[in-house]
Amino acid sequence: MELLSGADMITHFLADEGVEHIYGYPGGAALHIYDALFRQDKVQHILVRHEQAAVHMADGYARATGKAGVVLVTSGPGATNTITGIATAFTDSIPLVVLCGQVPSTLIGEDAFQETDMMGVSRPVVKHNMAIRHPSEIPDVLKKAFYIAQSGRPGPVVVDIPKDMTAPNERFEYEYPSKVKLRSYTPPMRGHSGQIRKAAEMLLNAKRPVIYAGGGVIIGGASAQLIKLVDRLNYPVTCTLMGLGAYPGTGKNSLGMLGMHGSVEANQAMHNADLVISIGARFDDRVTNGTDKFCPGARIIHIDIDPANISKTIKVDVPIVGPVGSVLNDMHAIFDELAGQPDQDALASWWKEIDQWRARHGGRYEPSTQDCIKPQHVVEVLHKVTKGDAFVTSDVGQHQMFAAQYYKFNKPNRWINSGGLGTMGFGLPAAMGIKLTHPDEEVVCVTGEGSIQMNIQELSTCKQYGLPLKVVLLNNEALGMVKQWQDMNYESRHSHSYMGSLPDFTKLVESYGHVGLTVRKLDELESTLEKAFAMKDELVFINVYVDPAEHVYPMQIARGSMNDMWLNKTERT
Amino acid sequence: MRRIISVLLENEPGALSRVVGLFSQRNYNIESLTVAPTEDASLSRLTVTTSGSDKVIEQITKQLNKLIEVVKLVDLTEGAHIERELMMVKLKAVGSQRGEVKRTVDIYRGQIVDVTNSVYTVQVAGNSDKLDAFIKSIAEGSVLEVVRSGVSGIARGEKVLSL
Repeated sequence: MELLSGADMITHFLADEGVEHIYGYPGGAALHIYDALFRQDKVQHILVRHEQAAVHMADGYARATGKAGVVLVTSGPGATNTITGIATAFTDSIPLVVLCGQVPSTLIGEDAFQETDMMGVSRPVVKHNMAIRHPSEIPDVLKKAFYIAQSGRPGPVVVDIPKDMTAPNERFEYEYPSKVKLRSYTPPMRGHSGQIRKAAEMLLNAKRPVIYAGGGVIIGGASAQLIKLVDRLNYPVTCTLMGLGAYPGTGKNSLGMLGMHGSVEANQAMHNADLVISIGARFDDRVTNGTDKFCPGARIIHIDIDPANISKTIKVDVPIVGPVGSVLNDMHAIFDELAGQPDQDALASWWKEIDQWRARHGGRYEPSTQDCIKPQHVVEVLHKVTKGDAFVTSDVGQHQMFAAQYYKFNKPNRWINSGGLGTMGFGLPAAMGIKLTHPDEEVVCVTGEGSIQMNIQELSTCKQYGLPLKVVLLNNEALGMVKQWQDMNYESRHSHSYMGSLPDFTKLVESYGHVGLTVRKLDELESTLEKAFAMKDELVFINVYVDPAEHVYPMQIARGSMNDMWLNKTERT
Repeated sequence: MRRIISVLLENEPGALSRVVGLFSQRNYNIESLTVAPTEDASLSRLTVTTSGSDKVIEQITKQLNKLIEVVKLVDLTEGAHIERELMMVKLKAVGSQRGEVKRTVDIYRGQIVDVTNSVYTVQVAGNSDKLDAFIKSIAEGSVLEVVRSGVSGIARGEKVLSL
């Protein structure tokens, strides 16, 4: 055993835990830890320009790799600046460990300089938080933090570290704890076999089934088991915004996304189904629309690792609590044993009906013209140029929905967006976290001119660490989604949804040392994107002027059933 | 429907605020709350009385169970149980009131635990309805101060809530 200061214990622990990068920003209460970081070379620290971005970076890393992202900030404003990032990760069940400096324990409660009750402030938006009360606790508390963050339904864990806990002259025995003891926390490891059998039998007997897959399939690493299920039964599958890529977007059984901006075929199939199996999804209000009208003829099976998600918004018939991967494995074993087949005639007529719905809209939009580029078209060209294989992050708004609808994700962990909290400013730092650990992959942030300005300062971080990601700005010179709602619900009174004084984005990114390109004409679109992606070592920011009047369709009509939708500005289902 | 939920909680700083925070965050109702350490100093026993539809109560118990520091919990109202609340009341007691108050206290099997020339301090224990009834039976204007502990509960029979 070695004798180490609290600060050195933290850096030793992170190295022993296998952490390669931490994202953060120094300040008074964290300086002992920053000094310890300086004196080691195993953990690389990335200095951001705003603490919120540090959390989104860690979050992007976690979403792409499944491992906890780690953040280090100081007390007070450093800590409170992380809150939006923490809440973003919490809502989407993303594992993070956020280490926050705190004023010395002797000053806590005295309104000291840069003191904030981070335990209290963060409590509603964390899976758990812990304060260090003695330096010797540091290894155990950090081990618990990583375990809690990454197990069960993952989530962010905050560790509050008073400055005196990291004092350089006080040393304690350090040993990396290989095990965690937590008597009050036992995440489910297997689903109930009787329930799984019942679900398997119901699936085989369904006539109009839909598989509804969510982010839990991606987080649970169960994409292969899902694909096997779809192939085995030949059932239609729709993915939530968080679940895109869990089943290939270009796969033959894919109905695309469901919900508020879901495809006609996905929402119609859900509404007309006789059996819905939800796998790692939580019947979010952006999926169900009016809960009293949700799937009126369907029996519902729900697989979820979090028992609190069962029957929270929609009452289900067969709940299965467990990790989706292990539940699906067990279900496949039961299918092998049952050896039955679904009713092929019923299935054929179900698919026929689905194909008719598909023909109704099919993701069509008015074509672009030389002077008016459609945002959907930009995403389709992006898909083509990147061969559908890029990591795509987004911010929040119309561009996010266009990216979700038109970039057909064929792999899990490639579509990275703030689905639950809807955090503008997420996309750029999330892309940075991914690019840092996936230097040979294409990483693109699809954004809007509102969102990008919420964390644009991070272009500076990109320069410092050489992160040659690509930014595609769908520039409609307005807060597009807000404007769309104002068009639809407020007689086009565009209250504060127009941004005057937009910067010259090309000059702006050039001043940060990157490459800026602008597209105004249709015939420049593909060639400019090709040119951008050919610059492997440069961050290229492509400002594409798109049709400012475009709306995202289909769009569910509020409080209706899933299949009550606007198909375009004048037609509805 | 009114429910009594009993929780074994890690006896750690901040654990209680997590429970209370959960109720306000998710718009659940707390009617009363009691908490104290158990015979095992590492555990606290918390009793919360709440009300809501079956769906809300199911969410309350599930969300409580998700808190890392919640070790175990039981909805006592699902089975036979005993509930008790302690109340201390300061009552005006002068002249003929003194005898009358004393008789009422006896009927409710309470005790007078402190006396001055003009005031009795009375202790009554029982379920919440009994305490309400006691207050109602005291002449209006005589009640000077009331303090109630909130409900504590335990299951009847051999069922125990322990590790």
